[in-house]
Amino acid sequence: MDKDVPRAHHDLGGVSKFMCEPVDVEPHALTDFDKEVDALRQVLGMKRVMTVDELRRGIEAIPEADYHRLSYYRRWMRSIADNLLVKGVITEAELRAALERI
Amino acid sequence: MMFAAGATVRVKDDWPETRGPVHIRTPHYLRGLQGTVVRQLGTYPNPEDLAFARPPAQRALYHVTFDQPAVWEEGSAGDQLLVEIYEHWLEPA
Repeated sequence: MDKDVPRAHHDLGGVSKFMCEPVDVEPHALTDFDKEVDALRQVLGMKRVMTVDELRRGIEAIPEADYHRLSYYRRWMRSIADNLLVKGVITEAELRAALERI
Repeated sequence: MMFAAGATVRVKDDWPETRGPVHIRTPHYLRGLQGTVVRQLGTYPNPEDLAFARPPAQRALYHVTFDQPAVWEEGSAGDQLLVEIYEHWLEPA
């Protein structure tokens, strides 16, 4: 029985709709993308551009549908991009231009 | 306020997520519940501040146990949850 409380959508502990399937506890191989995102986060932390707490806040701010659709490291990338845009480290135009080169 | 090992505490029944953007490390399912302090883990910069690049307040962090069947109406008598909770989320009970 879920508690009738105003929890944030990412605050999933004990929520019944996420208890209907067994938890996948098998180790997952990291993709090159995953490793690059992790490395980027570490560089941004070491250079004091953003903290891991800012990363987490940004992940929690992803709208619910996107949050559940995105993989673990895609959530990280979304948060990193949002943080860097808000901080003015990158501009939206630069981000769009970079994405078009992919 | 510092809590000693063995102290009975209550997690604040507070919902800052209803008042604007926040980053909270106290899970929703513990708010308002009573638990027991196991130990203090040290003092750390408050992640609620770090998450917004604000100068962080230093907050004591505790291991607190909770009777699990009371949390999720699941599990056997004696089952416990052990959760890290910052001091400003705890009050004497």
